[in-house]
Amino acid sequence: MATPIIELENVDKSFGPIDVLHNINLRVHAGEVLCLLGDNGAGKSTLIKTLAGVHKPTSGTVKFDGKPVEFSSPKEAQEMGIATVHQFGGTFPLMSIGRSFFVGVEPTKGWGPFKRYDRKKANEIAVKAVQDFGITRIDDGDRLIGGLSGGERQSLAIARAVHFGARVLILDEPTAALGVKQASHVLRIVLEARKRGLAVIFITHQVMHAMTVGDHFGVLIKGALAADFRKGEKSREEITDLMAGGEALADLGEEVEEYMASHDGHAPPAKH
Amino acid sequence: MNNLDFGNILRRPEAGALLGLLAVLIFFVVFGGIDFLKPAGTASWLNVAANLGIVALPIGLLMIAGELDISIGAMIPAGSMTVAILSGHYELPIWIGMLGSIAVGICVGIINGLLVVRTAVPSLIVTLGMLFAVQGLTLGFSVLLTGTTSVALSAPDWAKFLFGQFIANSFQVIILWWLAITAIYVFFIHYSPFGNWIFAMGGDKVSARNAGIPTDRLTIILFVLSATSASFVGMCQAILFNSAQVSGGMIFIFNCIISVVVGGVLLTGGFGSIIGIFFGTITFAIVNQGIYFTDFDRNWSSLIIGIMLLLAVLMNNTFRKMALNYSPKKKKGAE
Ligand SMILES: Nc1ncnc2c1ncn2[C@@H]1O[C@H](COP(=O)(O)OP(=O)(O)OP(=O)(O)O)[C@@H](O)[C@H]1O
Ligand SMILES: [Mg+2]
Repeated sequence: MATPIIELENVDKSFGPIDVLHNINLRVHAGEVLCLLGDNGAGKSTLIKTLAGVHKPTSGTVKFDGKPVEFSSPKEAQEMGIATVHQFGGTFPLMSIGRSFFVGVEPTKGWGPFKRYDRKKANEIAVKAVQDFGITRIDDGDRLIGGLSGGERQSLAIARAVHFGARVLILDEPTAALGVKQASHVLRIVLEARKRGLAVIFITHQVMHAMTVGDHFGVLIKGALAADFRKGEKSREEITDLMAGGEALADLGEEVEEYMASHDGHAPPAKH
Repeated sequence: MNNLDFGNILRRPEAGALLGLLAVLIFFVVFGGIDFLKPAGTASWLNVAANLGIVALPIGLLMIAGELDISIGAMIPAGSMTVAILSGHYELPIWIGMLGSIAVGICVGIINGLLVVRTAVPSLIVTLGMLFAVQGLTLGFSVLLTGTTSVALSAPDWAKFLFGQFIANSFQVIILWWLAITAIYVFFIHYSPFGNWIFAMGGDKVSARNAGIPTDRLTIILFVLSATSASFVGMCQAILFNSAQVSGGMIFIFNCIISVVVGGVLLTGGFGSIIGIFFGTITFAIVNQGIYFTDFDRNWSSLIIGIMLLLAVLMNNTFRKMALNYSPKKKKGAE
């Protein structure tokens, strides 16, 4: 197989005394979607932040196009073509679509110290980029981000990443808090990005979403890569159990009932 | 698209400030008579607006970026005392004193900025500490060096001409500085990419940093701007009035914040405009000075300012909601 775009080799990450990631080995290829799964706090966001240049790995190497790289800032990662839509934020509610689309790389007209932000051009490009992904409801670049729906915002963020020539698209829970229709919109955009030859890393807590778009799955449990398999290698039930941190959720119902029967109807305490 | 459309104006951050300005103008013309718009009257509020406005603009930018600087209250006397001590008490050339004032502003701004960026302590607390520290230093040094808390300064003609003359006997020359500085800010904030970064930073700092915006450097620059603007105003006052005092300046803290908020800047950051702050400052100055032209007791002006502030915030909230919900006309009714 061709060289993976991104490869992690024995990557560890700790924040002071807290070990968050242990010995992660992963490969992501162009034109494929890697779904990162795992319970809350498993380390998914931390893993993608080390890819996005937000954190540096404590040890181990990250390879890009087969060559070891070290990002000193998110900007460097972006310049190499790694675009990230982070779990929280990523959009500026009180800015216009055009302005937030080009934040940090504003198009200008004029020369020297009199360079001006080119609003018309920014709006045109931004609107066209989102519409190309099928979100035709966005047709005015002066609208504020805060007036868009959650799905439209995610779509805009993805369109932005693709527009700026991303080769790797990292999406941290883009479908969380979205309704069924909006989520399917985002999933369609993920598939479109894959079709354009991008490598996509997609984090989700929803098995359905993962199974819809994933070619390749990585499951994190307490910071270690507990499973790494390809589409079709595991059933939905197995994936669900893995996502819950390796516990058999299938038996959950029975267990709870037993517990309640023997404890005056109280629900069992949460497990850790 | 037609930019003169009334709805478009209402959705802009300065909408509330413009309406507020019209309201207070009408109010004072009705109750104070037209005198208040004649040259002598205009000078009275323009002078207040110019001194306040030069400081309010960078404070507004800081608020748009999600920060606050209240140490300006001490920077104004610090700026005037520095030039007065250096060029008045020690009789050094005026340009040394003036450079001294500006340098004090730059230093304090850098310290404020670094502390905010490095410690993640809210800037309100950092600059509150700085307010008292600078106040103490100003008082301490002036007593130590000059033995008094008020120092005389007689500036040469060119310095008077540029920084401290009365044009037509009543307009302070700082008004021209204020207008020029406002124009420069308008360009940088609304027409250059730099402004976009400040709005992004105030909207969501982490995302802005992830988008490659040098948020730390920008934060420090903004604090340097506010501290230096304040010391500049102090310097001009010392040159104008031929003396400097260690006290005064505290009132600028509240007046700046009021001007900025009346001007449509969102307290939590990410929204506002230079023109709005400009209108907000004029509105404040008119209320502050206009009361003298009416038969009302001066004490009522505080009441008007308080009510105006609340109305402005409520109105700005409404306009911001309109801006958020705005979508192109053809979509209306298609929800
Ligand atoms: N900057 C940090 N300093 C210290 N600990 C951190 C830091 N960032 C994350 N952690 C810890 O690392 C662990 C993994 O966090 P992470 O955000 O990667 O989880 P996640 O898998 O994305 O969870 P979720 O599904 O809830 O988003 C958590 O226990 C968290 O407290
Ligand atoms: Mg996460």
